[in-house]
Amino acid sequence: MAAVSAMVSIGGRPSWSIRVARVFLVVAAVIVLAWLLVLPLIAIFAEAFRQGWAFYRDAISQPDSIAAVRLTLTVAAIAVPLNVVFGLAAAWTMTHFNFPGKALLGALIDLPFSVSPVVAGMMLILVYGKYGWLGSWLEAHGVQVIFAVPGLVLATVFVTLPFVARELIPLMQAQGSEQEEAALTLGASGWQIFFRVTLPRVRWALLYGVLLCNARAMGEFGAVYVVSGHLRGLTNTLPLQVDQLYQENFSAAFAVASLLALLTVLTLGIKRLLEWRHGEALTGR
Amino acid sequence: MRRHVLSGFRLSTGYTLAVLGSCVLLPLAALLWTACELGPSGWWAQIGTRRVLASLRLSFGAALLAATIDVLLGLLVAWVLVRYRFALRRVCDALVDLPFALPTAVAGIALTALYAPNGWLGSRLVPLGIEVAYTRLGVLLAMVFVGLPFVVRTLQPVLENLESDLEEAAYTLGASSPQRFIRVVLPLLLPTLLTGYALALARAIGEYGSVVFISGNRLFRTEIAPYLIVLKIDSQYDYRGAAALGAVMLAASLVLLVAMALLQRWTHRWAIAR
Repeated sequence: MAAVSAMVSIGGRPSWSIRVARVFLVVAAVIVLAWLLVLPLIAIFAEAFRQGWAFYRDAISQPDSIAAVRLTLTVAAIAVPLNVVFGLAAAWTMTHFNFPGKALLGALIDLPFSVSPVVAGMMLILVYGKYGWLGSWLEAHGVQVIFAVPGLVLATVFVTLPFVARELIPLMQAQGSEQEEAALTLGASGWQIFFRVTLPRVRWALLYGVLLCNARAMGEFGAVYVVSGHLRGLTNTLPLQVDQLYQENFSAAFAVASLLALLTVLTLGIKRLLEWRHGEALTGR
Repeated sequence: MRRHVLSGFRLSTGYTLAVLGSCVLLPLAALLWTACELGPSGWWAQIGTRRVLASLRLSFGAALLAATIDVLLGLLVAWVLVRYRFALRRVCDALVDLPFALPTAVAGIALTALYAPNGWLGSRLVPLGIEVAYTRLGVLLAMVFVGLPFVVRTLQPVLENLESDLEEAAYTLGASSPQRFIRVVLPLLLPTLLTGYALALARAIGEYGSVVFISGNRLFRTEIAPYLIVLKIDSQYDYRGAAALGAVMLAASLVLLVAMALLQRWTHRWAIAR
């Protein structure tokens, strides 16, 4: 903010040419955003409703679409809590202790963000697929991972792994361990410290991480595509259903896609609200 | 090792390692193992085909170009959002996250619908001789779309905290506004711009969902490397070929990760030195 006010103070009243340049830059930026981001968003809803309300309602209420919604919710309901526990555990480890290999662990937590989702799905097949390292053993025990719901969950966990940890680690680092240590001297147990000192202090950042994690979990395509086998009504999540419908029925694909677009708009809205109302609680500053 | 004051070290570290092990490390090891089993000649037999080489050239070439465009557009957007106050600024700021949050398949079909010959933009561009859908230009566009927020979000906090004293000093010495930007601001932003570039590049190389619809997957022309991996697994059951290609993609990700870590150290030292 200091920079902004200083900029304004430079030169007092900006000259005519500088004002024109500013207007030009703002207009250029708005055009870039409108063309690159807003137009595709509008296109989704326009295509979805091109054939009217009745068609839209039918498209999103056909059995395969309902099954896809249900599967997407199921996968997210398993993967997101898993990542919440992972994020809390990883943040607790990374911020309260020093141990050899800590930097490496930090890098590993962030790794899934840099790996192509398609490569992630392929790696899971190499381990859990029929001819994979663990696949045949799992199959002998009656557990099918790839081309089934466990595989979808694994792929989703992989691509969303860093979301919660990434919000919590910098925050808990900024907050330090003093309050936890104070609680310890007052006789609190480890779990008491966690639930009554740590958790309340990070709750908004945790919610923020959950929000982003959930959006990605429900919208993941590449990784899930590889491990799902796209069995209609069985292993099709919403994005996979969009892909399959796109080959057959253009408008129906956009109708289902509009549900995901709606989720996106909602997510971005809540994200802004959290940043606006609890900005300090998110960064610890 | 010093005894830990707080409890829970074993539980939290154990759980973290268990999840990382089963979801990340074991799959990574399996990929490296499969790729190593091929040996250099077996690996080249998988990679050295005309089709795979064309896809790698497209994936890396388009990603490099897209990340460059992202840096230019991202710098413009970040600069305007941080330095100027205008109506709709908050909306524009919120919009930047859209490619992060919009499912890639949805973005992919939306871009395709816009630029297809009968789409809103396609029907105007195709008569001008500009074909975007089902061409390399479409691949580039989709990659620019997914990479933009990385550059903007990396730049914004740095621009906000940029010390204004240097700019003011340049002003008092008679530097014009463009001179101040090019000679003072841009060099200060360089490490951040490179970080944004690397992030956008990493995302663009590995991107699948946004690209496969608009690319049209035409043989030798618009097939991206991730598409070939999916094709090998999905319809050819060629796990070794997929692993050979996957190893190349993974190596690229790791190189970029190391580059970003070095950049971060550089930025950090820069900040301390100032």
